[in-house]
Formats: sequence, structure tokens, C-alpha cells
Amino acid sequence: MELALAPETIARWQFGITTVYHFLFVPLTISLAALTAGLQTAWVRTEKEKYLRATKFWGKLFLINIAMGVVTGIVQEFQFGMNWSDYSRFVGDVFGAPLAFEALIAFFFESTFIGLWIFGWDKLPKKIHLACIWMVSIGTLLSAYFILAANSWMQHPVGYRINEQKGRAELTDFWLVLTQNTALNQVFHSFSAAFLTGGAFMVGIAAFHLMRKKHIPVMRTSLRLGLVTMAVGGLLTAISGDTLGKVMYEQQPMKMAAAEALWDGEEPAPFSVFAYGDVDKGHNTVALEIPGLLSFLAHSDFDSYVPGINDTNKAEQEKFGPGDYKPIVPVAYWGFRWMIGFGMASFSLGLLGLWLTRKRFLLPAVQRTGEDEVPHLVLFKKPLGSRLTRLYWLLAVWTMAFPLIANGWGWIFTEMGRQPWVVYGVMQTRDAVSPGVSQTEMIISLTVLTTIYAILAVVEVKLLAKYIKAGPPELTEADLNPPTKIGGDPRDADKPMAFSY
Amino acid sequence: MELHDVWFVLIAVLWTGYFFLEGFDFGIGVLTKLLARDRTEKRVLINTIGPVWDGNEVWLLSAGGATFAAFPEWYATLFSGFYLPLLLILVCLILRGVAFEYRAKRPEEQWQRNWENAIFWTSLLPAFLWGVAFGNIVRGVKIDRNFEYVGSLGDLLNPYAVLGGLVTLTLFTFHGAVFAALKTLGDIRERARKLALRLGVVTAGLALVFLLWTQVENGDGKSLVALVVAVAALVAAIAANQAGREGWAFGLSGLTIIAAVAMLFLTLFPNVMPSSLNDEWSLTVTNASSSPYTLKIMTWCAVIATPVVMLYQGWTYWVFRKRIGTQHIADAVH
Repeated sequence: MELALAPETIARWQFGITTVYHFLFVPLTISLAALTAGLQTAWVRTEKEKYLRATKFWGKLFLINIAMGVVTGIVQEFQFGMNWSDYSRFVGDVFGAPLAFEALIAFFFESTFIGLWIFGWDKLPKKIHLACIWMVSIGTLLSAYFILAANSWMQHPVGYRINEQKGRAELTDFWLVLTQNTALNQVFHSFSAAFLTGGAFMVGIAAFHLMRKKHIPVMRTSLRLGLVTMAVGGLLTAISGDTLGKVMYEQQPMKMAAAEALWDGEEPAPFSVFAYGDVDKGHNTVALEIPGLLSFLAHSDFDSYVPGINDTNKAEQEKFGPGDYKPIVPVAYWGFRWMIGFGMASFSLGLLGLWLTRKRFLLPAVQRTGEDEVPHLVLFKKPLGSRLTRLYWLLAVWTMAFPLIANGWGWIFTEMGRQPWVVYGVMQTRDAVSPGVSQTEMIISLTVLTTIYAILAVVEVKLLAKYIKAGPPELTEADLNPPTKIGGDPRDADKPMAFSY
Repeated sequence: MELHDVWFVLIAVLWTGYFFLEGFDFGIGVLTKLLARDRTEKRVLINTIGPVWDGNEVWLLSAGGATFAAFPEWYATLFSGFYLPLLLILVCLILRGVAFEYRAKRPEEQWQRNWENAIFWTSLLPAFLWGVAFGNIVRGVKIDRNFEYVGSLGDLLNPYAVLGGLVTLTLFTFHGAVFAALKTLGDIRERARKLALRLGVVTAGLALVFLLWTQVENGDGKSLVALVVAVAALVAAIAANQAGREGWAFGLSGLTIIAAVAMLFLTLFPNVMPSSLNDEWSLTVTNASSSPYTLKIMTWCAVIATPVVMLYQGWTYWVFRKRIGTQHIADAVH
């Protein structure tokens, strides 16, 4: 059998494609749920119509997005058993628990309250309806927490023992699995990146409308909300990325050495800006480096020793027996750089935007604009010219996708960087695949899922574009007079539903 | 009763919840072609499940996740063994979810018709395939000493399992028709009742043969009780439907599903996936289950979470208790 088409390879491609695809929707769902809930809260508290229009607009985009997140999530729940049955047998006792918790606690929450929110505009009093979207938001966060705890256990297994007789890992401390530092740092990092993603999404779409001077009051508010979210989310992503990186240097030195293409340990170790390596010979042929920075990233000082790929490989061979314990170095190296590069580029644009559109007290009096005017972009005292202004709006639109790209590469990096392990130090990926599933079956599965995902991607993006262009909806009488009784007012018995499929 | 027995019961409860709830969802999907005369009527039907189908589907994810955690060997053998049918179910569930959400989001005729066709087929196929899957689980499949499924795809399409598939398909469609009668207004409500009678009679015939077959092959005293309850409830559901007692009819068609699933799990116990090759190689509640510690934690979670879930899902049904007629369907705004 050709190695390229070994079941293990096909199963890995399927997991990679379906997971990265699923994760396009997850961060947007997490952040848009909370942002929509925030906007609706502002509507309920202030009764300003622009907040309700914003809620409806972002809520609709959120729903188009979450539909994809939900259905691609079903594949995730099933494919461990389908393609990775030996993995499931070996780790189910530990790994299954957070997944079951996720379903029983988070999924039910999310899915039930999303139904109430979508169809509840004319069935629920204002505050109860608002509570529903907050429930959805809590559900998305809980769901992500449990699944990240499960993934963290694969990165750094804790709270388990190996049962030799049954040939499997068994849970001994569930609380530790949920609260180990890998899990907490991964959760912190993923949540903040999710908000950077949602913030950038909001800023890009708001910029699109403001550039064309349309829907100004709603988009002005959305722009500011998006920029603040981007700046805070971006800053926290950078901080949590740094702490997660330090945890990884302790727990998976190989991953971090590969992230730097640092072949041999150095003291102090430099940070690599660009490198081109000869993987077979185990060294770089071209390298551009910043001295000492890697030592800082790993250990918070500029002169400590950081072990390299070759050293770590030797250490792992001594520990686990003969074999090659290197991941694919260029993937780890470039994955790490794309993640940071795209993420931080987006963060910078958010910071810049936040300054350019700063509020009254920092702005010269003549540059202040009213609620229904496009804000001036002011660098120092004078606003930017129309060309530069347009350039900023265009950049904001075009960089909407940057955090999505960063998220995808982040997962590719952390998962591929752990190879050849599926559970670090405990189980190798090649031992995890389903022995009973044929190559043909796996190819069918990979082809079918990839094709459907590709078609749905086109459908989804077109639909998003349509609703983005349409802008926030006009409000109706019914929108402004929500029901006061649960189930709707009896005198409205024959009125059409506020929302129907 | 040991924890792994408790978990056998809990897994049965999750599947029962799934088939009870998504059963009528699937039925509604099938009825969009059997019952609705035009697009507005299709939308009436779809909107009876609009706010709830997503929450209903989570019962499946919970059954899957809980099986992974409580019976890893069962999860691994079942999902890798029934690979292609499960893939087909997955594809259906993906398209079905998107179809509900996206159908009304564009005005084009072709777009709406495509998603309507998707709703029909992606409801019909899983309704059939779940019956085939459970038929095979109960009957036993070729499992070797390593708990690997070694049969072929053709082995899964044996007469007993296919009959099981026809039973779930017709039973869910009947359940859906009864639900439609309970949740709609006007002409379609009358027609739903009439169609429910015909569906009920077909279901009763198929279910009687399937359950008796199951009883003869694998049954005992307890499963016989469940069989009698299932058949009696089905007959009573048909009668209640004829008498225009829609609430009763729905409760009884639900009871039919509960009793039928209970019967299948009763005949299964203490196996979870019997091997047709050698009794020694069967997966059982003891050799397929997780460690007592994991089961204990999971039990706490399930015992607390499940009733809460039932409470707030129940509340959702109460919020959307009003019947829907064609007058409630607004022309979509695009």
C-alpha cells in the first residue's frame, strides 16, 4: 500500500480538514453570541433603536454562522469512533468524560436556548428573550471549555493511570483534567482569539458600510464595539499565547523547538524571523535571527538554555525507545509564524482603528462628529485624507479573515507539532487509527465530507455576503412592542409569526 | 445494580429521548412531501418543529458522547463497524440542519425547492437507517475476538434489520403525523389525522412482525411485557387519533417508541453488542464499560443534568404551545 494513502494518513487528513473547517465557525459563534447579547442588553436598557437594529443584523449573521458550526460539530462527535477506534478504546475512559459533559451540559443549553431566541421575539417578554441569548453565549463558552480540556489532556496527559490488564488509560482525577495549567492556558488563549476574530469580523463589515456611508448610526456603534473587542481580545491573545508558549516549553519541548526550527540547543537562544532548513541533515541553511529572544519566550530571561530538535529527539529516544520523534518541522515552523503573524497584524489594525476613531475627550473639537455621521479618522490633529481613510476602511474589510487564518494555523501547529504522538508520551498516532476500517471506506468518507464542506462553504459565504450587503433591517411595530406574556399575547392569535423558517 | 448497569439504562434513556423527540422531527420532514399541498403548508409543518429540532438532536450527541465515556469499546466497535451507514447518517444530519436554517433565506424558487428536497430525504434516510442499525445491534453482528467488526456492508442489510428500518421509518412518520395534528390548525390538521390513521395501520403491521421476531429470537418475560405495552400503546394511539384526542394520541405514539426501544435494550442486556461469531466475543456491560471512577463522575453529571435539560426543554414546548396555521406564515422578507 502506498504510504501516502495509508489509512492513518487519510484519517489524519480527514481530521485535519474537518476540524480546521469546524473551527472557522467556532470562534465566530463564541464571540458573536456574546457581542449580540451585549447589543441586545444595550437595547433593553436604553431602548435606543440603533441597538435593536444592530442586534437583529449581527444576530442574523451569527445564526447563519452557528448553523454551520452545529452541523460540522456532529462529525467531530462521531469521527473518533469511526476513524480512530483504537484511540477511542484506549482513552475513552478519560477522554470521553469531558465530551459527554460537553453534550449533556453545554450542547443542550446552546441548542435549546438558540431555538427560543430565534423564534421567541413575539413569544417572550423582552428580558426573558434577552436572557436566552446570554444562555446561548454561556453554552458556547462551556462547550469550548470542555473540548479544550479534552484536547489539553492529549497535549499533556494528567490525572490518569495505565491499566495494563485492560490495556487502556483510566481516569483517576477528573478535576485535574479540567483545571491543569495546559487546559486553563488553552482556554484563555482560545477564548481571547475568538473575541479577536469576532471583533475583526464586526469591524470589517462596519467599515464596509461606513466606506459607502450607509447605515451609519448602527455601523458606527458596531465599529467601536468591534474595535474595542479586537484590541482587548488581541492583547489577551498575545499575553495568553506567551504563557501558553512557556507551558509548552516545559511540557512539549519538541513542539517548541520545531516551532523555531532550532535544531541544536543554544544558550542564549535566538528567535528565528526567517529560516530555510535542510530537514534531512537537521540544520538550517538560511536563518535570520533575533539574539536571546527565544530564551525570553521560553523562560522569561534573555540568556537561558533552550534545547533543540536534535537534543530533544535524542532525549525522547532514550525515554521511549528507538524511533523518530520529530514532527514535520517546516509545518510547525511556518504554522507558528502564520498564527502569530496574522493574529498580531489584525490586533495592530484594531489598535490603530481604536486610536483613529477615539472618543471626544482625546479628539480636537472640530473633528467630532454626530451619531449619524461617519467618524473622522484622526491620526494627530488633522483627519486623514479621503485616500488614507478609504485605505483604512479597505484594510479593515480585507483583514476580516486574518484571525480566521491565524486560528486555523494555530490548531495545525499545535496538533502537528505534537506528532508522532496523539496523546503526548502515551500513544502514537499510528496506533490510534481504526484497524477494521478499509482504505476504500476512509477515502469515501474523506471525499464525501470534503466535497460537502466545500459546497457548503460557497453557500454560506454567499449567504453571508447577501445579508451583509442588505444591512440592518428596518424595525416593525411588532419589534418595538414585544409581548408581555410568555407565549405571546392572546389578542395576536392570528398574527403571522415574527420569524418563521 | 452496579454502575455499568446504571449506565446501560442511561444510554437507553438517551436513545429513547432521541427517538421520541427527533422521531417526530423526522416524521415532519417526511410529511413535507406526503401531507403538505403547497409551500405554505410545508412551512407550517417545518415551523411546528422550528424552535425545537436542534435541541432534540442533541439527545443523539449525548447518546454518542455518553457511550464514548461510559462504554468506550461499544462506541469504538459500533462507530468503526457501521462506518458507511453512519457516514450517510452524518451527511444527512449536516444537510438537514443547514436546510432548516437556510431554506427561507433566499427567495429563488430553485434554492427553496432544493432545500425542501433535502429536508425530505435527510429526514427519511436517518429514520430508516437508525432502525437498521438497532436491528443489527440486537441481532448480533460479526465481531471478532478483538472486538472488531469483521462483517461487510451487505451483512448489515439483512431482512431482520431492514424490517427494523421500515418500522422506525413508519413509526416516526406516524408519530410525526400525530404531532402535526396536535400542532397545526385548519385543513392540514384534518388531513394529518386522516393520514395518521393509514400510517398507523401500516406501522402496526410492520412493528408487530418485527417485535414478535425479536421476542422469538432473543426475548424473555420482561421484553414480552414491553412488547405488549408497545403494541397496545400503538393501537390506543390510533384509536385516540380517530377520536380526535390529539394530545392523547401523541402521548401514546410516544409511549410506543419508549416501549419499543425499551424492548430492544431489554433483549440486549447484559450484552451491548453481541457477536454472531462467538458468544465469548460479545461486548457486554462489563467488558465494554469504563472504570468505576469514570462511571461515578458521569453518573453525577447525568443524574443532575438530565432532569434539568428535560425541565428547560419542556418549558420550550410550553412557550411554543400555540398551534400554527397558514395564517401564521408571513411571506419571507429578503
